[in-house]
Amino acid sequence: MNRSRPTSEIKRTVLSLLGEIAPEADLTTLRSDRSVRDQLDIDSMDFLNFIVALHKEFQVEVPESDYPQLVSIDGCVGYLARKLSQ
Amino acid sequence: MAEFVMPILGSDMTEGKLVEWKKKPGDRVNKGEIIAEVDTEKATIEVEAFQTGVIERLITSPGDTVPVGTVMAIIREDGKPSAQPKVDVQREQPKKAALPAAPLIPPAPPVGESIRLRISPAAKQLAADLGVDPFTVQGTGPDGAITRQDIEAAGKRVVVPSPTEAAGAAIDRQGRLRQTIAAAMARSKREIPHYYLSTTIDMGRAMTWLTDQNLKRPVTDRLLYGVLLIKAVALALREVPELNGLWKEHGATQSPDIHIGVAIALRQGGLVAPAIHQTDKQTLGELMKSFQEVVKRARAGTLRSSEFSDPTITVTSLGEQGVETVFGVIYPPQVALVGFGKLVERPWVVDGQVAARPVITATLAADHRVTDGHRGAIFLSAVDRLLQEPDAL
Repeated sequence: MNRSRPTSEIKRTVLSLLGEIAPEADLTTLRSDRSVRDQLDIDSMDFLNFIVALHKEFQVEVPESDYPQLVSIDGCVGYLARKLSQ
Repeated sequence: MAEFVMPILGSDMTEGKLVEWKKKPGDRVNKGEIIAEVDTEKATIEVEAFQTGVIERLITSPGDTVPVGTVMAIIREDGKPSAQPKVDVQREQPKKAALPAAPLIPPAPPVGESIRLRISPAAKQLAADLGVDPFTVQGTGPDGAITRQDIEAAGKRVVVPSPTEAAGAAIDRQGRLRQTIAAAMARSKREIPHYYLSTTIDMGRAMTWLTDQNLKRPVTDRLLYGVLLIKAVALALREVPELNGLWKEHGATQSPDIHIGVAIALRQGGLVAPAIHQTDKQTLGELMKSFQEVVKRARAGTLRSSEFSDPTITVTSLGEQGVETVFGVIYPPQVALVGFGKLVERPWVVDGQVAARPVITATLAADHRVTDGHRGAIFLSAVDRLLQEPDAL
């Protein structure tokens, strides 16, 4: 089922979810092509919570083996766009 | 008649500020139920009742700072008549806060209704800085959570305190937390003769098992390897119980229960190590949920009194910060601390062949007044052995 969304909307939602996981983070300075975990002080529990939040919001399954594709905002948006268009 | 007193929520706590009563006179309260919210140097803590009964009288008022042990309320226990307490309860004179109290004290909750705000620490801090009462703010985040944007919007409608006051309050809280940690750690290094042991553990089997498990589990039930480490420590403590206890005035006391305190770094700085109760009796799935819950509440500033007062040992992991070995400082009055470093791939001999394996360095910092290196070594060996059989954890 194609559930495509514009990438701008996906990005906005991803950033919003990230903001809930790390509420004190200044997302305006976040480089979207770099590792989120390296830029923000988030740990594996935060990252798992982020994956759970993506799952709930976008209704996509994210196996652990796909985690490396979600390390940056750009990676996240691309991954979700592909999943939603399948 | 029972007295509800300001509890000790940490070895160096001397006083606490009542933020809010969760009950009012005439309300029924069960043992373990949250009765009040108390602000300490470390965090805002939900305090549980130690008795079951009916609230006879509330003595301390929200905003009052009282010393540990001060009678804050009177609870009429079941089957006992209502009467004035025989003890002459002296109300402690509330101390003036060093700075004007942030207007965070919420109105009393409606009868029979327990209110817990869904608000991030950052939003809570912002509310304090802007003088916004979060109980008056409608949250727009997930499940009605109050976001920074909600507080900012509400802040435009209230009188903003001077920047000096706001900055001062934030610095004050951070400074007090730092002082508390400093006092506990200085006491530890002054009083506890530490000894240290270290071992490298092959995590190959555990990680393979975990990957397989997580493939079968829905994303909401996935496990982190840290949970395996905590459970292995808990089970190893059954074999070396003298590491699981407290040092009191007359010597060491073993705890019959294993309540592991997990060190959690707070984003705004500092750390707390609340207890996961009955750690050894929880399944890995249950332990993961408990771990998630306690981390969430630690960062939201809603830990409970028993979580602060009950840890019988602490486990800390700094692996995610990239270090391989942790030389821990015991949190008094505990008598041991277990540390884990980063999970790294290293050449390792398996069945006579060198192979790349994920390994982790486990350390033990223990109180030499209570145990010797021999027992500590047996403990770390047990942790290693248990992690080789992840199915049995």
